[in-house]
Formats: sequence, C-alpha cells, structure tokens
Amino acid sequence: MGDRQHQDGIVAGRLSAEDYARNFADLHPPLDAHEARVEADRCYFCYDAPCMHACPTSIDIPMFIRQIATGDPLGSAKTIFDQNILGGMCARVCPTETLCEEACVREEAEGKPVQIGRLQRYATDAAMAAGRQFYERAAPTGRRVAVVGAGPAGLACAHRLAMHGHAVTIYEAREKPGGLNEYGIAAYKTPGGFAQAEVDYVTAIGGITIENGKALGRELSLTGLAHDFDAVFLAMGLSGVNALKAQGEEAGGVENAVDYIAHLRQASDLSALPIGRRVVVIGGGMTAIDIAVQARLLGAEEVTICYRRGKEHMNASLWEQDLAASKGVVIRHWLQPRRIVAEGGRVKAIELEYTALSEGRLTGTGETLTLKADQVFKAIGQTFEPAALNGSGETVALEGGRIRVDAEGRTSMPKVWAGGDCVAGGDDLTVSAVAQGRDAAESIHRALMG
Amino acid sequence: MADIRSNFVGIKSPNPFWLASAPPTDKAYNVERAFKAGWGGVVWKTLGENPPVVNVNGPRYGAIWGADRRLLGFNNIELITDRDLYVNLREIKQVKKTWPDRALVVSLMVPCQEEAWKTILPLVEETEADGIELNFGCPHGMSERGMGSAVGQVPEYVEMVVRWCKQNTRMPVITKLTPNITDIRKPARAAHAGGTDAVSLINTINSITGVDLDNFAPQPAIDGKGTHGGYCGPAVKPIALNMVAEIARDPETRGLPISGIGGVTTWRDAAEFLALGAGNVQVCTAAMTYGFKIVQEMIEGLKNWMDAKGHASLDDVIGRAVPNVTDWQYLNLNYVTKARIDQDLCIKCGRCHIACEDTSHQAITSQVNGERRFEVIEEECVGCNLCVNVCPVEGCIEMVPLAAGSLDKRTGKVVSGDYANWTTHPNNPMKVAAE
Repeated sequence: MGDRQHQDGIVAGRLSAEDYARNFADLHPPLDAHEARVEADRCYFCYDAPCMHACPTSIDIPMFIRQIATGDPLGSAKTIFDQNILGGMCARVCPTETLCEEACVREEAEGKPVQIGRLQRYATDAAMAAGRQFYERAAPTGRRVAVVGAGPAGLACAHRLAMHGHAVTIYEAREKPGGLNEYGIAAYKTPGGFAQAEVDYVTAIGGITIENGKALGRELSLTGLAHDFDAVFLAMGLSGVNALKAQGEEAGGVENAVDYIAHLRQASDLSALPIGRRVVVIGGGMTAIDIAVQARLLGAEEVTICYRRGKEHMNASLWEQDLAASKGVVIRHWLQPRRIVAEGGRVKAIELEYTALSEGRLTGTGETLTLKADQVFKAIGQTFEPAALNGSGETVALEGGRIRVDAEGRTSMPKVWAGGDCVAGGDDLTVSAVAQGRDAAESIHRALMG
Repeated sequence: MADIRSNFVGIKSPNPFWLASAPPTDKAYNVERAFKAGWGGVVWKTLGENPPVVNVNGPRYGAIWGADRRLLGFNNIELITDRDLYVNLREIKQVKKTWPDRALVVSLMVPCQEEAWKTILPLVEETEADGIELNFGCPHGMSERGMGSAVGQVPEYVEMVVRWCKQNTRMPVITKLTPNITDIRKPARAAHAGGTDAVSLINTINSITGVDLDNFAPQPAIDGKGTHGGYCGPAVKPIALNMVAEIARDPETRGLPISGIGGVTTWRDAAEFLALGAGNVQVCTAAMTYGFKIVQEMIEGLKNWMDAKGHASLDDVIGRAVPNVTDWQYLNLNYVTKARIDQDLCIKCGRCHIACEDTSHQAITSQVNGERRFEVIEEECVGCNLCVNVCPVEGCIEMVPLAAGSLDKRTGKVVSGDYANWTTHPNNPMKVAAE
C-alpha cells in the first residue's frame, strides 16, 4: 500500500511497487508440463466435438489436446495455428467460458470443463518459445494486397495471404501493430509484451510489411489503395466511442474507458498512472469489466459498475462478472447516468436514475441515486467511424453503422474485403476477428488466382 | 457383520488378503508394517540357496499408465531375495512369533534336484512358518538358470518337485504357476498329481513395457539393454481370472484350493477372484503403488458387500461364479440384447456413435431432428457392448435383453424364450442332431 491509498481525486502511485507487480501479473498463469498432462488427460476426445463447434475459428480441440497428452506439444500448436494463427492471444483473451469450455461435455458431466484455453496456451507457448514456424510461403504470385489495420483480423488475413504467396502491406494507424491486443485487452490477460511477440511470430513467415502511423482518411484513401493494390482488406476496428448522453459529461475526470486502457497498456510505469479514489464505470460489457478491474488494481478504493439493465443482459460473461466481484468491484444494475455533478470543472459525483423495463422498453423510473466519484469511465460501446472511408470516389456500403460484408468478407466494392469489429453482424471477439481475417484471405486468394 | 476369516489349506488368517511373494515381503521391516496395516498374511519373498543372487543396479521396474498417469501395468526384472538365507530364516521365525494370528508362508526356489529341496525344507520348517509356496513362475533371470518358469513350463518337473516337497515336509505346499504357458490346466494337473495342497496363480507374464525412443532401449533398460520382465498389475487381472476359472472348472483339478493372484487392487477384484474359485487372494502391485493402507479398503469393502448381499462367510462366495463359466459353444444364441442410452445421463461426447459408426454396426445416431443426440438404432444393433465399454459415464448405456416373444428389429424375428446354442445350430456343420 502506498501513502496515497486514500487520497481523494485522481492521483498516481496509490500502491507500492510490489502491489502493482502482483496486481498486474498473469491472471491465468501458464500450465507447467505436469499440469498440462493432467488436464489433457481429462479430454474425452469427443466425436464431432461440441467445443470445436463453439470455437469461431473451429480449432480441432480434441486433436490438439490429444497431442499434448501424447507428448507432442509442437504438433498440438500446429493443429491450433492451422485454424487460428493468433491462437496464442486467443488462448489468453477468449471468453472460453462462453465458447469452447461452455460446450465441453465435462461441463455437462461435472460442471468442470477441460481447461481448453490454458491448454491452448501451453501448446502455442511451446511453439513460440521454440521459435518454431510451421508455414512456408508459396511461390510469390506477384499479387499485392493492402490490409488496413494490424489488429487480429488484419494479422490473420495477412498471414494467410502471405502463405499463399501474395505480398502484403499492412497499414496501421497507431504507432505499434496489434490493435486491441496491444492497446485494448486488460493488462493482466497478456503481460510480458506478448502482443508484440505474437506479431513478430505471425509476420516471421515473410512477405508482410507493416507500416505504422498510417490511417485511412489521413495518409491513405480507400480509392487510392484499391487503385494501387490487387485487393484491399479493411480491418480498422472501431474508433468511435458512444456518448453517455448525461448532462455535464464534458467535466474533467470523465473519460473513455478504451482510451484509458490503451494508455495503461502502453505505460512503462503503472505507479505513474493516475486513478480516482472513487471510480464509477458506466457500461455492461467486457470493456466495463476490464476498466473496472484495472481501476481497482491500480488502487482505486471504490469501483462501481453501473449498468442500465439487469445482470442477465450484461454482455460481460458471468465469469468476467465474478472476476470483477472478486477484485472488489461492485456491479449495480438498472441504473442509467443522468447528470455529472462537477465542481471546478471536475467530476465530484454522478447522478443516476433507476430504470425498469416496461412493455419491453427501458425507461427511467424517476428515482435517482447519487454516487460520489472523482473519475467516471464511459464503457458503453464503440462505434465505427465511416468518415475515413469517404474518398473522392466509390465507397463501401454500411449496415447498422458498420461495413456490410457477405459470408466471405466481400464488401459492396470490388477488390475490397473487410473483417473484424468494423463489419456488421459480428460479436466483437478477437477470435471472430481472426476467423474473418483468415476466411477473407481465402476469398481474396480465390479471387486473385481464379 | 460378514465373517471374512480365512482358512486356506489349514492356514488361518483374519482376512483373505495376503501379500504375494515380492519386494513388499522381502524382510521383517516391511512384513511387520504390512501386518500392522492389517494384511491377513504374507508369502515371504522367495528364498534360494546361499550365496544369494544379485540384482541389477539399474532400474528393476517398468510400467504402463492410463489417464492421469494411473499405473495400469507393472513389470519387474528383480530376482528372488538377494539377502542371506539365514538372515531371512531368522527374521521369518521372529515375525511369526510376534504375529501368530497371521499367515506366514515362505516362497522357495532352489535347483531342480531333490537334494536341494531336502536341504532347505527343514530349515523353513524350523521357523514355524505356516507353509511353503513353490516358485515355478518367475519368468526372468532364474528361468535362465533352470528354475522359476523353466520348471513351471514343464508339467513333469512340476509334478516331480511337488512330490519331493510333499515327501520331505509336513508343511502345506502351495504351487505357484506361471502364465507363460499355452494351457494353464496342464501344470495345475501336474501339481495336483504331485500332491500339492493348493496352486497359486498367476505369476507374472513375460513383457517389455516399452521402448525408449531416444536410444531404442527396451524398458526397463540397464545400460541401454533390456530383457523381458514379469508383467503384473491391474492390466493382467482378466488373464488371471480366466486362468483361475480354467483350473476351478477343470474336472481333473476341481476342488483344488487356489490362491488368486493378478492385479487385485480393490475389494471388488478380490471378490471376483473368490467367485471364480480362489480361496484367498494375494496382492502385490496395488501395495507397491499405494502402500499397505489399501488393505483397509479391501477388508471393509468386502465385508460391506457381503453384508449387503447376505453372504455370511467366504465359503458363501468362493466358487459361486464357476458354474457360470462355460465354453462358447454353450452360450445361448437366443439371448438378444440391445443397447439403450439413458439420455439424462448422456453427456453427448459422441464416442459411442463414432466407435459404432467407424468400427462396428452403424447402430447409433449422431443427430436426431437436427440436434446432437445419440440413440440406438435397434434395427442395426447387434448388442455387441462396444458402446458401453467406450462410454465415459458409468451406467449411461445399458444392454437390455429383449423379452421372449418380442420382435428383434434387426433380424425381424420373434425372440425365442428357449435356450439354443451352437451345438445344435443349423449353420454348424458338426451339429448334433436334436433329440
């Protein structure tokens, strides 16, 4: 505990150095060889396994676990990478409790699924530690593809395209590649510079150039890319943040959760990161959990998540909700923000209104609650900003505010594919972005070679 | 409470659980620990002539494992005791004196000459041990010197040595048989003819547990070389049960007391040996895996089962399954079963489906009305039991006999309530005419 533990306001250095180190250590430490063998032995090698169907990238889970059980972790890693080249990150960040592990027959049998995520990490870590590359580039095709965004979708797409012999240039708006893996995921899920190590592992196949600091609508235009390249894959994610629609939200101390998390992920010294004493988070998804938990871990005394609907409506999984609770976060339901109470331009409290569902519509009840707060995080969802797409010429059609694509990731515009969070109809999961990037690459390959 | 006191060829013990002649019974220290833990008796590790044999100084044991590295099969290349004969005899005498209510049998192996046996038998008698067990089983090392299984594999030798022993000692003689032989009944009959009081079986099975793939050395490896060792543990129980049953139902040896050995790990295993005709059981691998304490589970488990079933004493159990062991040709071909999957217990792993689909009779669905669901297709099910064996949930799949008069959807025939076997089957070219 630092001496600023109970200081009001947004201050840095609330904790001791040891506290920061402990709080931001690996949430799920890696399995050692013995633990992995014991866990792998639990897998029943199901037929047409439900876990496989629950995986957006359709990894052959029973096979990779059997390969661990038989002492072939590298073979296991290849089984994973064949379907998901970002299997290392997905092993860390996938909400397995609502995907493969929820479907595991051991969950049905005894309420204790095989720890698929941790086994996947065991195998992929083994391959990455050994520096083992499983794929070679096909003979160069002479075709060039531009990928916009070096997040999970863009990287997965680039890797598969490179494998097929195409030359790929990834344009990344930020200073580093990785997308949300680098700037978004909670720090305790991917410590130790893993995101960059994975980018290096993926791009080691060759044929992939990453140009950082280049954004669509800034240095690049879609029409330009479509003109200069044989194909374009758009994977720029979501850059907009929804507003609270609460009076006074421009007050100091009211921040976007995603911006704060990006800042946190890039911080070299967590003790230099200021955090409020009393923090209120508005939202009910994974980002709300991530910011709330990390606020606690940075030393905030009280962290309250306020969500405008009930527990059962939260996008954050039950497991994530329990994680937050275990870290001392209080989750309150049926509350929507109404007014930021500021003093001297800085937030002092937030006034919330109770809500209820009436005839399927969410309405305020009129009753209010005021929570003291010196910091308020907005985590009520991100939005796609289509302005960047607007060039002088043709542009892609949207659907529900995001890019419309078909089953193969094709947009309405010839030569242009899209995937990841920026496309309509997705579930905003890393693993789904990987699947879309991979599948779009296959579609691009077919189109280029057809 | 069931009475599990045992009287095996006149040797009394408070329970039928003996430790087999093996490393756990090599010296007084271990044997006294075993008696303190509750074991009913021990067969002291095989004594031989002085000077004692020597053992290898590298690994003596190998194993195979199941899931979670549970030991399933165990192998050894250890020889008979490598301690001085007189040290052993002194300790045997002392232990028997301290533990008069426990069975103490001494295993012996000396060269195939009458003089050798005549010399050692009085030395053992002097210890006041309860009996002797003739080690005709050891498949490694000693057999190369004309002892152990080299004797057990030649029925004439078995009979000869047993006769020498019966002529030269008042002690009960138990003859331990090797399974490394085509027909276990032959040495059993020979031992019987020689006048043995009982047989004990099985000894260990010739085996190599694996190969070290880094240096291509058979396991367990001594300086890069391996030799066949004796295999035992849970994996050999089915082989042992069959051999016990063969002797129990052989007209020539019927009634000959049998000490059952081979993979006994739980009270249930022991009860199965008793049911197939064993008068008691001997245990080794389970103790070497988990320590002596397991005997408490065995004692309590056997009593509880006997109480639940109303068996008052071991005699109510011993041999009860023997009349039900028959030859294939006498099995009832009119007995028809179908697998039935309990959908409430099913965890939908699908292993029954893929086993049946890939390797058997295509008799289990993988989907019903588009949903993942595993149901038996009675039109295809031959009742083979494969699905039961591969299902990870005990009791989820059952083989249900069809009642007489009901329709077997696979054959389209009505199930007969009559017994009919291969000997009278029309497809049998050797069929006997129906009376």
